[in-house]
Amino acid sequence: MTQKLVVVGNGMAPGRMLEHLFELAPDAFEVTIFNAEPRVNYDRIMLSPVLSGEKSFEDIVIHGDGWYVSHGVTLHKGHRVVAIDRAAKTVTSDKGITAPYDHLVIATGSTPFIPPVPGHTLPGVLAYRDLDDVDAMILAAQSRAKAVVIGGGLLGLEAAAGLRAQGLEVTVLHLMPTLMERQLDPAAGFLLQRALEKRGIEVICNANTEEVLGTTHVEGVKLKDGRVIPASLVVMAVGIRPSAGLAKDAGLAVGRGIHVDDQLVTSDESISALGECVELDGRVYGLVAPLYQMAEVAARRLAGQPAEGFRHSDTPTKLKVTGINLYSVGDFADAPDREEIVLRDASAGVYKRLVVKDNRILGAVLYGETADGGWFGDLLKKGTDIAEMRDTLIFGQSYQGGSPLDPMAAVAALGDDAEICGCNGVCKGKITSTITTKGLTTLDDVRAHTKASASCGSCTGLVEQLMSVTLGSAFNPNAVKPMCGCTTLGHGDVRRLIKAKGLKSIPAVMQELEWTTSCGCAKCRPALNYYLLADWPGEYQDDKQSRFINERVHANIQKDGTYSVVPRMWGGMTSSAELRAIADVVDKFAIPAVKCTGGQRIDMLGVKKEDLPAVWADLNAAGMVSGAAYAKGLRTVKTCVGTDWCRFGTQDSTGLGIRLEKFMWGSWTPAKLKMAVSGCPRNCAEATCKDIGVICVDSGYDIHFAGAAGLDIHGTQVLCHVDTEDEAVVVIAALTQLYREQGHYLERIYKWLKRVGMDSIRAAVVDDLEKRQAYFERFVFSQQFAQVDPWAERASKGVASHEFKPMAEIGFREAAE
Amino acid sequence: MTMQGAWAAIGRLDDIPRRGARCVTSPLGRIAVFRTMDDKVFATEDRCPHKGGPLSQGIVHGGSVTCPLHSQVIALDTGLVQGPDEGRVRTFPVRVGADGALEILLEAEAFREAAE
Ligand code: SRM
Ligand SMILES: Cc1cc2nc3c(=O)[nH]c(=O)nc-3n(C[C@H](O)[C@H](O)[C@H](O)COP(=O)(O)OP(=O)(O)OC[C@H]3O[C@@H](n4cnc5c(N)ncnc54)[C@H](O)[C@@H]3O)c2cc1C
Ligand code: SF4
Ligand code: FES
Repeated sequence: MTQKLVVVGNGMAPGRMLEHLFELAPDAFEVTIFNAEPRVNYDRIMLSPVLSGEKSFEDIVIHGDGWYVSHGVTLHKGHRVVAIDRAAKTVTSDKGITAPYDHLVIATGSTPFIPPVPGHTLPGVLAYRDLDDVDAMILAAQSRAKAVVIGGGLLGLEAAAGLRAQGLEVTVLHLMPTLMERQLDPAAGFLLQRALEKRGIEVICNANTEEVLGTTHVEGVKLKDGRVIPASLVVMAVGIRPSAGLAKDAGLAVGRGIHVDDQLVTSDESISALGECVELDGRVYGLVAPLYQMAEVAARRLAGQPAEGFRHSDTPTKLKVTGINLYSVGDFADAPDREEIVLRDASAGVYKRLVVKDNRILGAVLYGETADGGWFGDLLKKGTDIAEMRDTLIFGQSYQGGSPLDPMAAVAALGDDAEICGCNGVCKGKITSTITTKGLTTLDDVRAHTKASASCGSCTGLVEQLMSVTLGSAFNPNAVKPMCGCTTLGHGDVRRLIKAKGLKSIPAVMQELEWTTSCGCAKCRPALNYYLLADWPGEYQDDKQSRFINERVHANIQKDGTYSVVPRMWGGMTSSAELRAIADVVDKFAIPAVKCTGGQRIDMLGVKKEDLPAVWADLNAAGMVSGAAYAKGLRTVKTCVGTDWCRFGTQDSTGLGIRLEKFMWGSWTPAKLKMAVSGCPRNCAEATCKDIGVICVDSGYDIHFAGAAGLDIHGTQVLCHVDTEDEAVVVIAALTQLYREQGHYLERIYKWLKRVGMDSIRAAVVDDLEKRQAYFERFVFSQQFAQVDPWAERASKGVASHEFKPMAEIGFREAAE
Repeated sequence: MTMQGAWAAIGRLDDIPRRGARCVTSPLGRIAVFRTMDDKVFATEDRCPHKGGPLSQGIVHGGSVTCPLHSQVIALDTGLVQGPDEGRVRTFPVRVGADGALEILLEAEAFREAAE
């Protein structure tokens, strides 16, 4: 007989419980869920990538609307349960819906703790718990606020990194002397602080907040020592409290959280509770791994197949800030009977510390290099005696037992019960057996069937290694997408081999890399032409027949076979002479349409192909050159009026834009490259959606990149801040050169960034001045071959003249005779 | 006027870049003349069967051309659109003389229509 199951709260814990339940007993319950949040179940731990812009909400949904429909679940979105009537066995929501239950599950999660300092209710003070908080932060970021994050724990730091990625100035205030003191020892906390500061996040420790300042809206934060930090956004991330009020009002036994036994049953037999809202054996939880364990236990009991109860174990902590590797597990406080083993590599920024007692690991902190985290965690969990390997233990698993193992062998050597995915508690045996029995071959399959690597994703590398070990050559983790049907190689391999083998022509590439067609196709030829041009400046001769028509005739083909012509207007500036020349050309060649483009210049549309050289000759005569509106190369540099005219301008944005355009025009890039320079953070040149953008500020120039506003919309990320215009030009050219050397053809900067990661880019063009200079010089070198106006060549030097006139004209007589 | 078409001279092989095309105007409209990597020459109507794109402006690879407007691929010998797409462009016979002179054969039938 179907029973009525009502669930209060639709977070990660009950979501997982229902998945198990539907597997164990598909038809046992008719399920109704009430959720105060007006949405489906999503991966709360991935809110940080949403905040930083790396993911969208859709990416992190766990159960889409269809899931509820197909399991016959009624979901009341945006309904907060306000009362439980245990005698009548009903719950009632704030919108007046009452639902009867045979069994009730309370999973109300936790509530962020907001310290009750004066001003804590001002608009602009946010918590960091759900999607609404993230949306509010992103909105605040758009108005380019300055943010203060109170709390230097996991949540606070993820919030800070996300807000910084959104382009805000961020200060973290932390009460304790070092960051994340509950998970990290002071040395690791210090390294973490330094890494955050390098990204432009200010960290103030020992900061005791006295008051949030402001009258109608937040204006700053005042510390006990009198310091005032200005801010228009304050994020409170000092801690969470189990949401147990509803249960308490219903008369259930409640301490810090709702009291449950190891089967997750409350003091009322027909009510279970799980997730962050419960207290079990005096403990409350704040990470998903134990909650998922609870979910399984609770589901088994509901399905009438109770198994072993919930058992506590330590959950490792990882910080999900791209590029910062940190792992900690267990207890690492100093004590007289404990020893420690420490390894530091200052230049690599690596710090590892193990706390050992009676030859067993009690705690582990790894910073900078965390590959061995899982192994140490496993030794800790099992209480393995480490006496034998004491001397080499800290070097990690690959140093145990003779010669160093490669990572693959290390994974192979793990026991079947070694935990691979901490979030979902999936061990090695489960993964390998599922791969074999279900015939899985892709990472996505493994995620779908085992849940390993499906939550925070930090174990993806391990899972891939396991797949390699299990499947051998049948699994290729980097299964490359071939460039096109003419080769099995991907863009990355082709780029690498062109350099490594010194291939300097398209035929050489096709020969050496075993192309399967004689002369390629319309996909690979333009790509190869670009790679060769970028890799061998001055040596490689551009192959015009491998370019799309637009780049061959330096104008954009239109749907009727006519062309459009866009001359450069440097930085969007023009003059009466240029406008007059354009007007004359339009009249002389009867050009049907003239339009202001979205790129601050003028487009003449509908030019006949045979007129192109003459049109260009006239434009050249007035000093204008091709605007390359067709090019996988530098397009426009938009500017605003800056200090020249604007009352808010902080720097000469127009001048810098013109300088950049004059310096960089003509360079070919993997995909189009658009830039803009705004004179102040009001950003009238829309620099924050360009491939490279500059926001001038009083103290200099914020260099942004990786924006886009076409097929995808992406706000830029901040690369760095520089003090002078000269430095800005060098950084931008170096960045462009790095992209020219690494980008895949048609891969815009934002996709390239996603592929190679911010750290590698910063390492090359921000942190290491020698490298930056080298990239800059390579850019300058290649420019000497690139800055040739293609129009001039064709208008006066007869280059490619065959393009512009028919080879022959056949009249009636000739044809018919 | 005869009912048979006549071979018309249209220039020389070297007027067309390898893996390129030129066009020829005619009473039938524009004709695209292609030269492949291995010096074979083909002629088609300069109108893509898809939406009329000028095929002479496309990229020539092997014995095919990729249309510049929406990238359909057309076999130069048969005029057939390749792959999942459908359609066919008209083709015309071309011959290359020993000295590299090119001649094209336009069908009389079509000319009569055009001339009338
Ligand atoms: C003329 C112009 C529209 C206008 O009338 O304003 C234009 C016209 C075309 N755009 Fe654009 N885009 C124009 C500004 C933009 C902008 C706005 C901007 O640059 O600030 C964008 C969004 C910003 C961005 O790029 O992120 C834009 C995003 C695109 C995209 C999407 C690119 C993407 O990666 O998502 C395409 C398609 C593509 O490149 O594959 C595209 C492609 C095209 C093409 C080249 C389509 C084509 O392949 O034929 C159009 C050529 C028409 C022509 O012959 O001139 N156009 N296009 C603008 C020329 C600016 C200039 O002065 O050079
Ligand atoms: C930004 C962020 C990052 C995190 N990162 C990690 C991480 O990297 N690793 C990790 O392990 N954990 C992480 N966590 C913690 C993890 O997300 C939580 O432990 C987990 O989501 C808790 O699940 P839950 O089901 O107990 O509660 P929740 O997911 O909080 O769900 C509770 C739901 O119940 C609803 N609710 C509350 N009261 C009522 C009511 N009376 N009626 C109806 N509905 C109600 C709430 O609106 C909420 O939607 C992170 C958390 C956040 C916020
Ligand atoms: S948005 Fe751009 S690509 Fe689309 S029709 Fe307009 S100009 Fe063409
Ligand atoms: S017109 Fe040729 S592909 Fe569309």
